[in-house]
Parts: sequence; C-alpha cells; structure tokens
Amino acid sequence: MASLTDLINLDLSDTTEKIIAEYIWIGGSGLDIRSKGRTLPGPVTNPSKLPKWNYDGSSTGQAPGDDSEVILYPQAIFKDPFRRGNNILVICDCYTPAGEPIPTNKRYNAAKIFSHPDVVAEEPWYGIEQEYTLLQKDVKWPLGWPIGGFPGPQGPYYCAAGADKSFGRDIVDAHYKACLYAGINISGINGEVMPGQWEFQVGPTVGISSGDQVWAARYILERITEIAGVVLSFDPKPIQGDWNGAGAHTNYSTKSMRSDGGYDVIKSAIEKLGKRHKEHIAAYGEGNERRLTGRHETADINTFLWGVANRGASIRVGRETEKDGKGYFEDRRPASNMDPYVVTSMIAETTILRKP
Amino acid sequence: MALLTDLINLNLSDYTEKIIAEYIWVGGSGTDLRSKARTLPGPVTDPSQLPKWNYDGSSTGQAPGKDSEVILCPQAIFKDPFRKGNNILVMCDCYTPQGEPIPTNKRYNAAKTFSNSIVEAEETWFGIEQEYTLLQKDVNWPLGWPIGGFPGPQGPYYCAAGADKAFGRDVVDAHYKACLYAGVKISGVNGEVMPGQWEFQVGPCAAISAGDHLWIARYILERITEITGVVLSLDPKPIPGDWNGAGAHTNYSTKSMRSDGGYEVIKEAIHKLGLRHKDHISAYGQGNERRLTGRHETADIDTFVWGVANRGASIRVGRDTEKSGKGYFEDRRPASNMDPYVVTSMIAETTLLWQPN
Repeated sequence: MASLTDLINLDLSDTTEKIIAEYIWIGGSGLDIRSKGRTLPGPVTNPSKLPKWNYDGSSTGQAPGDDSEVILYPQAIFKDPFRRGNNILVICDCYTPAGEPIPTNKRYNAAKIFSHPDVVAEEPWYGIEQEYTLLQKDVKWPLGWPIGGFPGPQGPYYCAAGADKSFGRDIVDAHYKACLYAGINISGINGEVMPGQWEFQVGPTVGISSGDQVWAARYILERITEIAGVVLSFDPKPIQGDWNGAGAHTNYSTKSMRSDGGYDVIKSAIEKLGKRHKEHIAAYGEGNERRLTGRHETADINTFLWGVANRGASIRVGRETEKDGKGYFEDRRPASNMDPYVVTSMIAETTILRKP
Repeated sequence: MALLTDLINLNLSDYTEKIIAEYIWVGGSGTDLRSKARTLPGPVTDPSQLPKWNYDGSSTGQAPGKDSEVILCPQAIFKDPFRKGNNILVMCDCYTPQGEPIPTNKRYNAAKTFSNSIVEAEETWFGIEQEYTLLQKDVNWPLGWPIGGFPGPQGPYYCAAGADKAFGRDVVDAHYKACLYAGVKISGVNGEVMPGQWEFQVGPCAAISAGDHLWIARYILERITEITGVVLSLDPKPIPGDWNGAGAHTNYSTKSMRSDGGYEVIKEAIHKLGLRHKDHISAYGQGNERRLTGRHETADIDTFVWGVANRGASIRVGRDTEKSGKGYFEDRRPASNMDPYVVTSMIAETTLLWQPN
C-alpha cells in the first residue's frame, strides 16, 4: 500500500516542531515490553526534561483495578528508527503514585547498586550477547523449519549464509542498523548454531545503561519482527532435544580487571561468584534448567565451573585476557529471558560490594 | 515489507561515523563460508588497520569445545553491497591462539608461495571461471527443472535467454553488479550448457588476491541466493548422466609467458604440470572423478593432454596465444568446489619452483 507507507514515513519536521515520544516499560511478567506514544511540543534530548506519565497497570498485571495508575519515569532516550525525524523512544521504569518502585521494577535497585561509590569507582563495563529465536506466526515453530518436521542437525548453520542455512537475516540486518540509528551501542551480530536462532551483542556499556540499551534493543527487535510477521522468542530452550538453547552471556570487567594485574582480580571475582552460584542462578532467568544441562555448550545448572576458552564452563575467560594478564570474563549462565538490570547489578554487587 | 526495507537500507553515514564490518572465513569442510559482523568506530580501507577477532571453532568443526577459540586475521577488504555506505566485507584466515594457521587455512601456505622472490618476480596472473548450479530449495533439484522430471537435453541453454531456457538470471545479474560494487575483479558472466547452471569469471588477479576475490565473490553469491530463496551448489557433477558438470577453469600466465618468446615458457610450464598431474588432481576438488570423464568437454581424470583450442583437453591454449607466440593457458581440471588458494599457489609452485628430478 504505497500511500500508507508515505504516511508512515512523513517527515514531520517539515511541518511542525512537535515530536512523538514512545514511552516504553516492562510489564507484569518481567519480560513483556509495553509502550505507548505521546506528542511533545519540541525536540528533547535529556530524559530529565521529559514529563512523567502513567498507564493502566491493571491491564498489565501490575496494579489492581480500583487503584490502577502506575507512574512512568523517563530514564533513557533513543532516536526512534521507525518514526525517525526528531521522534524518540524513551525507556522508563515504574512507580506507585506514592513514588515507590513497583515490584517488577528491577531498574530501581540496579540503579542504587550502580550509584554506590565503590561500584562507581570501578567503572563496571558490560557486553551482553543476546540470543533469540524467530518463530513462524500461528504455528510457533522456528522460522525456516518444515511444519511437522525438523531441519538437518546442527553443524551447517552457525554464521552461515544460504537459503537452506540462514532464516530471517532481513530481520537481523534491519535490527542492526535500526539500533545503530537509535544510538544503542550494538557491537555485532551472528547467526547461531540452531537454525532460526540469532544473536546480537550490546556493549561495552557502563553500569545502568547496559540494561537500558538491552531493553531498548529488545523493543526494537520485537517491533521489527512484528513488521516481518514472525514471532520473537526469548525462551531459553525453545526446542527440546539436540538443539542449542538461547542464552544472554554477560561479559564483564571493572577498572581493576582492565588494569595491569587484573587477572588476579578476575580470578578473585570469579571465586566470589562461585560462592553465590545458587543465588545468581535463581535470578538468571526462568526455565534455565531446561537449557543448562552440561550439553550444547553449557555447564550443568548445579555446577560452577570456570576455564579459559572453555565453552562448556559457567564462566569463560578469553585467551587474550589470560595472555595479557588483564581484561574481562564471560558469565555464560544467564538465560536469554534474563532481566539485564538484575544480572548486571548482581554481578557488580557480588564482585565489588561483597567481601570474600 | 516497505518498512523493513527502509531499515535495511538506512544510510548510517548520516547519523554516525560507525561502520559495520562483516568478517568472512572458510569453515571446517573447506567449502562452507561463515561470517559474522561487528561495529567499528570509523571507516577502514587497509586490512592491517582492522582488529583481529575470534569465533567459536567448535561450532564449525575447527576446534574442540574445551579450547574453542579460533583467531580471525583480516586479509582483504571489499565494500559491502548489502549494507552499502562505508560498511565492509573482510576476507579473513584462521589461526590458533598461538598464531599457527589451523589445518583448513589454505591461504597461509599460498601466501608463502606467492611471496617467494622467484614467484613474485614472475608476476603471476589468474583468471578463474567459476561455474555453479542453482537448486530449488527443499527439493535440491536444479532451478527451472520440473519436479520429478528433466528438461529437454542440452543444446538450447548455453548463453540463451527466454523463460524456457534461462533460469535465475536475476541472481546472476544482481551478483555481477554487487561484485563490481564491492571491488571484486569480476570480468564476465554467462549462462552455461546445463540449464540452471551459470558461470562468472574473476580476474585477471595477481597472486594471492585471486583467492581472496574468488572467495568473496562466492560469499556474495551465497548471500544473494539466500535472498532469492534458491540454493547455491558448487558440486562438480550435480546431476549424473548426460548433463555437464561444473568446473573452475583456471587461466594462468607469468611475466615471461606474456613477453616475447612466451610460448616456449608456456610449453615448458605445461610439461611440468603434466609430470605432477596426480598431485594436482588430488588438490583440485572433491568428487572431481564424477566430472572428469572424458565426456562433456572434459579430459578423463587419469589422462593429461593439452592442446590448442581443445576443450576436451586437461590444458587448453587459446589460438590467440599460439598466434602471438605469447599469452596464457587454461587449466581445465579444477572442479567448481576447488579452493582457489590451493589451486593458484600450486600452479605457481609447479611451474616456477618445482624441478623434476
């Protein structure tokens, strides 16, 4: 429909100062993303200049019907790749009218941890590898898989091209550019081992902005799959059997780890994480026990194991880090459906604020 | 989907200095191509300015899971015809973390051969004629062929047009322009004798760059077939019976061959290749015995024969070259699935460095 696209792509800056701001928040399940748009009188680049807003929490399982207002506090602004012009996406978090964070607001505590002076001093960097699966609409079977059957076994698909090996690249490529346009620090993409599964990476980002950027990237991805008519899944083990699961490996470093002698800091951090393995696992995403089996490049969920270049470990240290004596490490335990606010702040808390 | 295309075609240069680099490498089978992308802070034109990278070799049959990192070294840059702007494709080769080339890295030894001073002085040129077959997805039957049956016999299809004779030209033409855009030295295309089979030529390329250009051309082709929903096959004999196979004829010359009196140098080079026929054949692609039968414009795999204008020969010398007394010759033995690093460096090695004893 040519004229519908003309309207969608109207450049409003020619006709008005007004902009559209899409306020985005996380819903009652902790994984569902919600949003609505509002008109503002002119361009805004600083979140503190944006008005608070509110929504009907009883429609998202976040408030009772007789007291349903949930307040949206703008926290981060990104350029809107769909509306373009001066229009923006706004990542928000949610509060009661009395000003308390609602239970599903995980950003609030994360922000507290990240503003602790010890954590600030260590400048924690994160790189999150978000894996996801594309499903055919209605049947919810992975994109490219025959209905009622399976593709050939894993092997040919990782980083591959070709109509028989790569399913949904247009979504992945559109997402890459859209995120760069939006101002998200997306650092790369690749096709994954299971056909129909992909990965993008966000980072390196500092502190709380890691969570903001990953949620914004997830939102943009869901909008793009909507356009493409496929369904986005963050389930950590979408297909049972000899098929890889989906994770959100979280790469992490602090100032001390990146400096000379950092390798010892890394080893001590990993040790602290090992002592809190159960607590971390409990916060690393629902359904992770279906994924962390010890097979398919994972470590078993009850085991804490670290190693250099070992993809079957809970925590992997890269060879370069070992060689340079400083760098970063990769927590491979988080599931694809983890909340990045929770995971990033918990890693910082355990490694910086907790004593051995 | 108009909006998806808008996003795919976003010109990022309007908004950011950042570029996207697609790192490409050859996987564990020796013919599978793999790639992944990363963001770089600004435009890059020299491969030595690109960072090394790494990938999970245990997922491509190139490393064990316990020690899975394989290092990618950027070797050649091309413009990305899919992302356009300042975005790039990067041809890489693969090393262990200790810096050793992994077994499937054929570029490493080829580069050593090509940097030998004798080889360098001879300024080797290569022109590779890459044949390939397009297959219908899911059934893996050639494009344009009826399911469960066959088209009419070969004859009408070579260089033909028409909906009943040319299948997949949009892939071929998109590929031609995409390669020129990318900076690949593509010199031509033609429809082949078997319907659904096509050919493109890359060259003349000097030394190691012949391999780089051909692998990137193959990558671009596989990306384009992905877009159109057909499957690319580099099998040397995709359909048994009275149907042509697919080769990668390799045209070759050195400075001496291109100079006056070059024809004698050519004959001497062909003589040496004949003495090493078995060694070359074993490096010229898997499954070639199904193709080199002595029929369908090939020479039998166990026979070494050369001739002027003879398409049934192992090596063919063009009439132009015979007449001018200098020029180049065509090694018709390599299969479509050959590794161009291996073939080009082996031809250089045999003709310039090897001595019969």
